[in-house]
Amino acid sequence: MLIIDNIHARIEEKEILQGLSLTVKPGEVHAIMGPNGSGKSTLAAVLAGKSDYEVTEGSILFNGKDLLDMAPEERAREGVFLAFQYPVEIPGVSNMNFLKAALTEIRKHQGLEPLSAKDFLKKVSEKSKLVELDGQLTNRSVNEGFSGGEKKRNEVFQMAMLEPTLGILDETDSGLDIDALRIVANGVNAMRSPERSFVVITHYQRLLDFIVPDFVHVLYKGRIVKSGTKELALELEERGYDWIKDEVESVKA
Amino acid sequence: MMETSLKTNPAKENFLNALEGHSSALTKFEPLLVAQHQERLSELDFPTSRVEDWKYTRTARISAEQWKIENHSGKIDVAPYLIPQTAATTLVFVNGFWNESLSTIKEQKGISITREISDLSAFSQFNAWLETENKNIFQTLRVSHCTDTLFIKIEKGVCAVHPIHIFHFQKGENNVSLPAIFVLAEEKSELNLIESFVGNDQHAEKHLCCRAIHIDVKKNAAVNFDKIQLENDLHFSIVEENIQMEEHALFTINTLTVDGGWIRNNLNITINGKHCEANLHGFYLPRRKQLVDNHTFVDHRVPDCNSNELYKGILNDQSTAVFNGKVFVRPDAQKTNAYQNNSNVLLSDDAQMFTKPELEIYADDVKCSHGTSTGQMDDDAVFYLRARGLSEDGAKKLLTSAFINDVMGKVKSDAVREYVVNELHQRQLLVD
Repeated sequence: MLIIDNIHARIEEKEILQGLSLTVKPGEVHAIMGPNGSGKSTLAAVLAGKSDYEVTEGSILFNGKDLLDMAPEERAREGVFLAFQYPVEIPGVSNMNFLKAALTEIRKHQGLEPLSAKDFLKKVSEKSKLVELDGQLTNRSVNEGFSGGEKKRNEVFQMAMLEPTLGILDETDSGLDIDALRIVANGVNAMRSPERSFVVITHYQRLLDFIVPDFVHVLYKGRIVKSGTKELALELEERGYDWIKDEVESVKA
Repeated sequence: MMETSLKTNPAKENFLNALEGHSSALTKFEPLLVAQHQERLSELDFPTSRVEDWKYTRTARISAEQWKIENHSGKIDVAPYLIPQTAATTLVFVNGFWNESLSTIKEQKGISITREISDLSAFSQFNAWLETENKNIFQTLRVSHCTDTLFIKIEKGVCAVHPIHIFHFQKGENNVSLPAIFVLAEEKSELNLIESFVGNDQHAEKHLCCRAIHIDVKKNAAVNFDKIQLENDLHFSIVEENIQMEEHALFTINTLTVDGGWIRNNLNITINGKHCEANLHGFYLPRRKQLVDNHTFVDHRVPDCNSNELYKGILNDQSTAVFNGKVFVRPDAQKTNAYQNNSNVLLSDDAQMFTKPELEIYADDVKCSHGTSTGQMDDDAVFYLRARGLSEDGAKKLLTSAFINDVMGKVKSDAVREYVVNELHQRQLLVD
């Protein structure tokens, strides 16, 4: 589904990703962990197509297509969804109008007619229950005045509405209390299927208690330096990142 | 000194010569007033950019043209410009002349709509003209060369069931229209007023519209005014609204500038009685080489009144917009609440916005605030929307709609709001 091969990316003059490779197959959940500044959020931004980041080397194939060649909206229409670490507040744009416009675009890309108003509302009510998002919130302006937890739930709600084949969660757990974390994770788990994959970027292991990954990768200095199964996350939780840093440095030396 | 300034500008001479032979429609009411204004024309000239009030709004393109005053008797299809579901009385002006046969008046007891009126005493503008000297050539022309008059009178305690919708059409090349409209909302009356300035897409004709409307909002009366500007790139508009408010009066104006080549709006609100509320809202979306200039003036003369002002602009291409919001709080006007905000988004590097709040406060127990901002569209918001599948263009249009949404929300009538949104859609300024 997703093949990232030797990606180098920089912002302005600073090279952040330095040869990152990762392959995600349909239905798999990959967790990306790593210390601050290791390039986790850059990976998310590069996948979503944020123009501040320049890819200088490497390739990314999504379902056989060149992802880097696509505009952000084309990626979204092809089935890539990024749940933002910091969802943007957009005063004056109602959540509903925005989602309707987005869903219509994505369906158009798939050769489908727009949903009828009735079917759309039915879908909204069904999916908002998934993340226990209040009907009041779905009718408000996008993220405006939402608490941190509401914003993250709104991201997962949008993901549930748009039904991507690849969901990228960029530190969706940051700023969430344990209840909100459980709600968000339940929303994601409900969407897991043999056709849908997730890349879960997180600093802490605790999200992975709820969204159990198939693979765990450690990102350090812009590269994946260690991969394993969910046990690796537990080990990181216990021992921190220093032993990995030491391993990497000693190999270099 | 005086003599040299008298005959400097040959453009002005040409401009006035072309209008010669027209007798002002105000002559039958105030012949002396008209004569005075005719005389004054010789002393006045078109403002240059050295005049503070006209610094960014050049009138050279107007003074260089020769304009004529000419009634048009041919057919005009008004139907496409009607707002569905408003069931309004429609008053149609063509080239500045009220065309009764194109108008449809829904009769209601206590409402009179006439070209002439016998008792002028309640219409305060006539006194204003007599008492103050117009320093501005366009204001003077509106008296000396008035094309037609219309008096709308709502009697005491009458609530106008049907909105009154005034249309301004222009036909033929290089016409100037200078109609004067007088509205008198007597005590405890209520009126919804709509006005459409209509462009004519079929013809590449230049027009100049100098209409003035003078509205008296008497004690406890309420007037709501939606002014919709839909002209095209060859239209010049210098229009003026003079509002006089008495105790407990409520006046709201929404200036919705959808289209027009060169527009100067002068909105003057004078608050003469306690416990009044004046609301001034507007948006403008100039593009190509369009110019939109909003000059507003709220004169707080008495205590305990509120004014709320909100203007928003989105500027594209090589367009220019000007906002000058003057709020004057006189020494007596204690407990005044005056709020003003002007926000703008520039979509292009070549667009220019000039904004100037002008607060003169001479009372000490008041709450006055003003805010202004001019910036670019939020890139993060655009990216967020694109990351959900919207095109770049679609994302920007959605954000445009959002930006003017709060002004749009001030339009009380659903029918008017839907009509204006539709006009914006037709010009592809919003998303579907």
